[in-house]
Amino acid sequence: MIDAPLGMTWSLDGWIIATGVLCAVACALPGNFLVLRRMSMMGDAISHAVLPGIAAAFLVTSSVASVPMFIGAAAVGVLTAFATEWLRRRGRVDEGASMGVVFTTLFALGLVLIVRGADHVDLDPGCVLYGAIEYTPLQKVSVLGVPVPRAAAVLAPIALANALFVAVFYKELALTSFDAAFAHAAGFRPSLMHYALMTIVAVTTVAAFESVGNVLVVAMLIVPPAAAHLLTDRLAAMIVLSTVIAAVSAAAGHVAAIAVPAAFGMGSTSTAGMMAVAAGGALVLAVVLGPQRGLVASRLRRRRLRHSMADDDVLVYLARARERGEPALAAAELGRRTGSRAALVRGALRRLAGRGAVEQRAGDWSLTERGSPRAGELLRSHRLWESYMVERAAVRPDHAHAPAELLEHVTDADLRRRLADETGRPTTDPQGKPIPPQG
Amino acid sequence: MSAGAAAMQWPAWPEVARVLSLADYNTRVVVIATTLLGVASGAVGSFMLLRKRALVADALSHATLPGIVVAFMIGAATGVAGGGKSLALLLLGGALGAALGGLCLVALRRSTRLKDDAALGIVLSVFFGAGVALLSSAQRMGQGHAAGLESFIYGKTASVVRSDAVLIGACALACLAAALALFKELRLVCFDEAFARSIGLPAALLDAALLVMLVVVTIAGLQAVGLVLVIALLVIPAAAARFWTDSAGPMVAVACGIGGACSAAGAALSALLPDLPSGAMIVLVAAAGFFLSALAGARRGVVRRWLRRRAYTLTVERQHLLRAILEAREERGADAPVPVESLERRRVWAPASLRSIAARARRAGLVASSPAGLALTREGLAEAERVTRRHRLWELYLISEASVAPSHVDRDADDVEHVLPPELVAKLEARLAAERAAMPASPHAIGGGP
Repeated sequence: MIDAPLGMTWSLDGWIIATGVLCAVACALPGNFLVLRRMSMMGDAISHAVLPGIAAAFLVTSSVASVPMFIGAAAVGVLTAFATEWLRRRGRVDEGASMGVVFTTLFALGLVLIVRGADHVDLDPGCVLYGAIEYTPLQKVSVLGVPVPRAAAVLAPIALANALFVAVFYKELALTSFDAAFAHAAGFRPSLMHYALMTIVAVTTVAAFESVGNVLVVAMLIVPPAAAHLLTDRLAAMIVLSTVIAAVSAAAGHVAAIAVPAAFGMGSTSTAGMMAVAAGGALVLAVVLGPQRGLVASRLRRRRLRHSMADDDVLVYLARARERGEPALAAAELGRRTGSRAALVRGALRRLAGRGAVEQRAGDWSLTERGSPRAGELLRSHRLWESYMVERAAVRPDHAHAPAELLEHVTDADLRRRLADETGRPTTDPQGKPIPPQG
Repeated sequence: MSAGAAAMQWPAWPEVARVLSLADYNTRVVVIATTLLGVASGAVGSFMLLRKRALVADALSHATLPGIVVAFMIGAATGVAGGGKSLALLLLGGALGAALGGLCLVALRRSTRLKDDAALGIVLSVFFGAGVALLSSAQRMGQGHAAGLESFIYGKTASVVRSDAVLIGACALACLAAALALFKELRLVCFDEAFARSIGLPAALLDAALLVMLVVVTIAGLQAVGLVLVIALLVIPAAAARFWTDSAGPMVAVACGIGGACSAAGAALSALLPDLPSGAMIVLVAAAGFFLSALAGARRGVVRRWLRRRAYTLTVERQHLLRAILEAREERGADAPVPVESLERRRVWAPASLRSIAARARRAGLVASSPAGLALTREGLAEAERVTRRHRLWELYLISEASVAPSHVDRDADDVEHVLPPELVAKLEARLAAERAAMPASPHAIGGGP
């Protein structure tokens, strides 16, 4: 067998990671729909509110994750959803506030129950908040003759059931999440899906409770789906991505819990806490590096757009100068005419010279043969737009320049042809300047 | 829970009296500080509720944990400020953590497409996760006593000493003063942000000020209530106050009152029962206050709304009865009592409900009852004519102006006739001038139902 790194052992750390991955995946599946329905804080509310159910079942049966506990938790979860809705409708309390009232009250009740029962059972309030995933391998049950940590044996069927739920009710969940009114009109029952989802969240919370506690379960419910939401626009892809992110965060969390403190010469820290931090790290990565909406991608896109507009401006102003009999312009003069910063103009000239579209002679810049067609296209677009605006939109001739200056950058050959057709194929613009012919 | 209840140590009476009279110096200090905290959080929470940001405090309070633990670690490592035991240092760390959390909230909202709820959930859980990981390390550092840090999670009023209480009280008072000083501006931003901006109020700055107050109240509440439940102090009194009034000034006042009273009661209770988590006790008392407000609140309370609705229903039923008797009289052309059975047929009245409606009208002196049936008294006749007149005017209006078929107007008019104010009746009369003088005749056949 391969030795595990960082002094970890497969029998211990392997099971911790397996349990963490199962927990994270089980949570991420329903979490996708919490995020899409803008009900993320409902996950927080339910994970707090199940505490009295857990405490009561614990005091009665003295065991975690028993069948009565799941039934109790599902009931409390649905009750929380009902109570919040009731307060919002009947009491006309703001949604966030009604959630806040319900879950803090139930959580406080659960805490008192646990502290009162602390003499009889070993469930301490700390474990409520951050779980004890490190100790899960110590408590094993036999599954098909193989000793498996009890937490993993509980979480595996829950993860499977959640996956089945999402797969079977995919259409209903998608429809009710994106357009509840249409779903209702089409004969689906949005409220039924709502309470079914709340039940799933409650049961999953209880299953995950022992491992990660009830605050960090929120991280498992919300953060991987939120990260996936930033990476894709398709629901199926989002669900798959969220489970991958969840699984990776869980595994990375346990490794980080050992490796990060070791780097500072300290012993290992809480795995559940680091799982949440790892999920947060994944989210930050998605925010920064996301392919479509990531900060880097959108900054690059804006930069590219700015550059291509600067290039166009330089070309079109060189063409205008040539028209007036000035064969070449200094860079500073180009900056003055285009109204762009000097650095932007210098960059544009460098890029255009690289493409052979402009050339420098005795310090001044002029258009080359290769740059002329694009410059002509831009000038044609600009002047066709001016004609169109003056003729068709009753824009005053001296007001048409500024909008045309923007539109010329986004006008392609097809649009130029249609503009020409609309304006009767003019050869001069409203100021009498020639419109270059179709290239 | 029978075993638990049996093991419970109920305090003896002298103990109760000592706590309630605030004879014990430490209890007095703690109860006063906690009360101030409750009052301040009532005020700040009201504005957060009106701004529809009730749960922001939940995210920020959880975000204090990493700040507190880092402050402790720095204190313990450098030995400054009592080796990380100074409350001011820890709370400063907590405030910085909350501020960082707030910045992350804003950044997530601005630069991604995630909605508010997801941003709150992310900040809450990831910061808390970082806090838990740091706390676990701090507890294994060996030096210092990191165990005390856990009292910030669930709150422990018993661990509050005099200097701490002074700090908490001062923070609370400062917030309360700021909230009152900015009351007019904050109210405007809460109700009509666009208008507030248009008259030149710095809405973003006011929001930031509100957030600062929120952070100060939150960290002041950490010791008494704990970071998991401090959100309750900010949400519950404000939401409870909403049941009592519809205007902002009284709402803030009521929220301050409820917050102060519940915090005082909760702190006293946890002084009596030191085994129980003090934060949870304060929250449970506040929840009881909320429940009472929801039931008995003067504006939106369930009982008051039920009474209002019932009063309206009774009025409607009485007016229907009077009109039914009057119409029966018109049909017969005589002033004789109208048999009850014929009234039952006019509307779809169950005999029992008709009997109780008639009994109520008789007690009000509008109807006289005899074996032959029901008759109108003099007052009853006047009221019946007034009611019927409104009904028929509205019917005529619907027929002439809204083109409703005469056979359909009866039910439509039924809905509106009870709420027609006198000014509207006068307008209807002016409009339907022909019917001004006398009681208009019914525009449709009056009969025993469809």
